[in-house]
Amino acid sequence: MAKLTFKEELCKGCGLCVNACPKGILTLSRTRLNQKGHAPVELTDPEACVGCAFCATMCPDCVIKVEK
Amino acid sequence: MVVFEKPKALTDTVLHYCPGCTHGIIHRLVAEVMDELGIEGKTVGVAPVGCSVLAYNYFACDMVEAAHGRAPAVATGIKRSLPENVVFTYQGDGDLASIGMCETVHAAARGENITVIFINNAIYGMTGGQMAPTSLIGQVTQTSPYGRSAETQGYPIRVCEMLATLDGPAYLERVTVNNVKNVRNAKKAIKKAFQNQLDGKGFSLVEVLSSCPTNWGMTPQKALEWIDEKMIPQYPLGVYKDKEV
Repeated sequence: MAKLTFKEELCKGCGLCVNACPKGILTLSRTRLNQKGHAPVELTDPEACVGCAFCATMCPDCVIKVEK
Repeated sequence: MVVFEKPKALTDTVLHYCPGCTHGIIHRLVAEVMDELGIEGKTVGVAPVGCSVLAYNYFACDMVEAAHGRAPAVATGIKRSLPENVVFTYQGDGDLASIGMCETVHAAARGENITVIFINNAIYGMTGGQMAPTSLIGQVTQTSPYGRSAETQGYPIRVCEMLATLDGPAYLERVTVNNVKNVRNAKKAIKKAFQNQLDGKGFSLVEVLSSCPTNWGMTPQKALEWIDEKMIPQYPLGVYKDKEV
């Protein structure tokens, strides 16, 4: 199973990863803000992640680390 | 097994770019290429003036800050005095295609053995969204509130096509980073541009169509779609010169 790790404090909430995810399992948080005041990205269904790293490829801020 | 993590040639400094700005992606691609070629220790980068003026904080290699537009001239000096080192410049369109057009064209005409990463986002980002030489016809900016008009403001400059008429450059390619496939192609182009320098082939320039969600007044995703809809028709992707072929 693939594992995503987020450096949440680097996230600017741009949502490019959300649009890149082929499984549609990333979303911007509706309940939390990071220290910079951005709504950070969240994984809604860790089981469904295939580790394609599309999210990390489109992330401008190197927030996401992908392991398989 | 790690599939993806931050390249070692990027420092831990937090990027100052706006949310969704593709500068971050391009920085990462350059750093990944440095990691893959194992050249971080002998690379000297030249930072421009513009949004990416702080690039020297982000790349882990040695960096020099050039005066506005003069990065190719500074890189020429570094490369000629330190021929064993890898020298690259990272410049925006306001830097490379406007104030620095002279240095760019002459460095290309001389065929200097340097790598130029040219970020084209069709606007001046750092100063607040003024019209750039690369702004599209009809594009609304701070200094063209009714849209750029060819009559009074002229036509956008296609840098790759223009430089392709010179005999000096070894490699000219235009890429973009608006989706995963294009990001991967962009990385291949950037890697080739660095490899060319290692092989002593001469001047290599990769033009990367980039987005500016803040000054274009769009969401980050809409800005990436705008690259497809508006920018690529004006700036077609592709290889414009490759001396190998």
